[in-house]
Amino acid sequence: MSAKDSNFKRFVELGRVVLLKSGPSAGKIAVIAEIIDHNRAIVDGPTTGVPRQSFPYKHLTLTPLKLTGLPRAAGTGVVKKLVEKEQLTEKWEKSSWAQKRAAVEKRRSLNDFARFGVLLAKKSRRDQVRKAVKKAKKA
Amino acid sequence: MARSKELVPGVGRFSRSGVFAKRALYKGQKKTDKPAAETPPEYIEKTIGGEKNGGKRLVPTSKAPRFYPAEDVRKPKKSRKAPQTSSLRSSITPGTVLILLAGRYRGKRVVFLKQLTSGLLLVTGPYKINGVPLRRVNQAYVIATSTRVDISGVSLDEKFNDSYFAKPSTKGSKSAEEEFFEEGKPKAKEAFPESKASDQKTIDGAVITAIKGTENLGKYLKASWGLSKGQFPHQLVF
Repeated sequence: MSAKDSNFKRFVELGRVVLLKSGPSAGKIAVIAEIIDHNRAIVDGPTTGVPRQSFPYKHLTLTPLKLTGLPRAAGTGVVKKLVEKEQLTEKWEKSSWAQKRAAVEKRRSLNDFARFGVLLAKKSRRDQVRKAVKKAKKA
Repeated sequence: MARSKELVPGVGRFSRSGVFAKRALYKGQKKTDKPAAETPPEYIEKTIGGEKNGGKRLVPTSKAPRFYPAEDVRKPKKSRKAPQTSSLRSSITPGTVLILLAGRYRGKRVVFLKQLTSGLLLVTGPYKINGVPLRRVNQAYVIATSTRVDISGVSLDEKFNDSYFAKPSTKGSKSAEEEFFEEGKPKAKEAFPESKASDQKTIDGAVITAIKGTENLGKYLKASWGLSKGQFPHQLVF
């Protein structure tokens, strides 16, 4: 069965952008440059600081993004050129997935006082919404 | 070891007493004189009542034991070490907001003022904001946050030491009844000492002006701290 007939949308294929889930580059995105076997692929992220390396599929997540027209076993230079041409990093950072991850990261890094500030801000938002709803109901 | 050349690591050519003799420090003149210890008199004269007792008698100041000890009892070695003030955690500096974890005020956020000689931390609520008075706490039962209050304007008197917080010593033993009742009624509460109340006010005044400089800091100190579901203190940033 070819990829066209499948219900799946993301495949392990050349140019597929992946999110690394473990190791020193965890949390960064990279591109599949070559498939080694059914366990590992060579990933490369010249713009995100991921060195070219073999990476098990177990420890990466496929994203909907893909580099088009990446030749087989392309070197770091070619990958870098294509990534910059297709503005892959910008596309990834714009995605709601990346934004959510950034938000979680930000919230985790807050100290106790800043967390208290978030609590106050949420409280005031709730209050404003509640008042607006009540007003709209009356009208 | 300068005189006693090492034969093998840890073993010198001369014995300890040999080095002592070679150094001959005992030959030099002594620079200080020990003050002569006053020896208490061996006997004191006491007047004795009764006609046939001679009126006076020499009585030894220390009584001789009535029995010889049956067995030699080993005396435990006396320790000459004095406990030192525990070192302050590096994350705690004057003005740090601390979270109390134990005791009557657990969960409160307080301002650290200074470390006392006993090693305990002097903190204040301030009292007007969250009801925590000037108080000593152990740093083991405290979380230090990265939030700081600028308390450079607070002048801490030397009188705030450990004895300031010590309980007044009670005279003699009292029965429990005497302690809690008088004239068949429970005793009226003793008023909080005026001087301590004014001390609290003078310190807190300066702390509160510093707190007002930062938005929400007063509210933060007033609110108490706690963990909700899925929150673990070792994963949080303070």
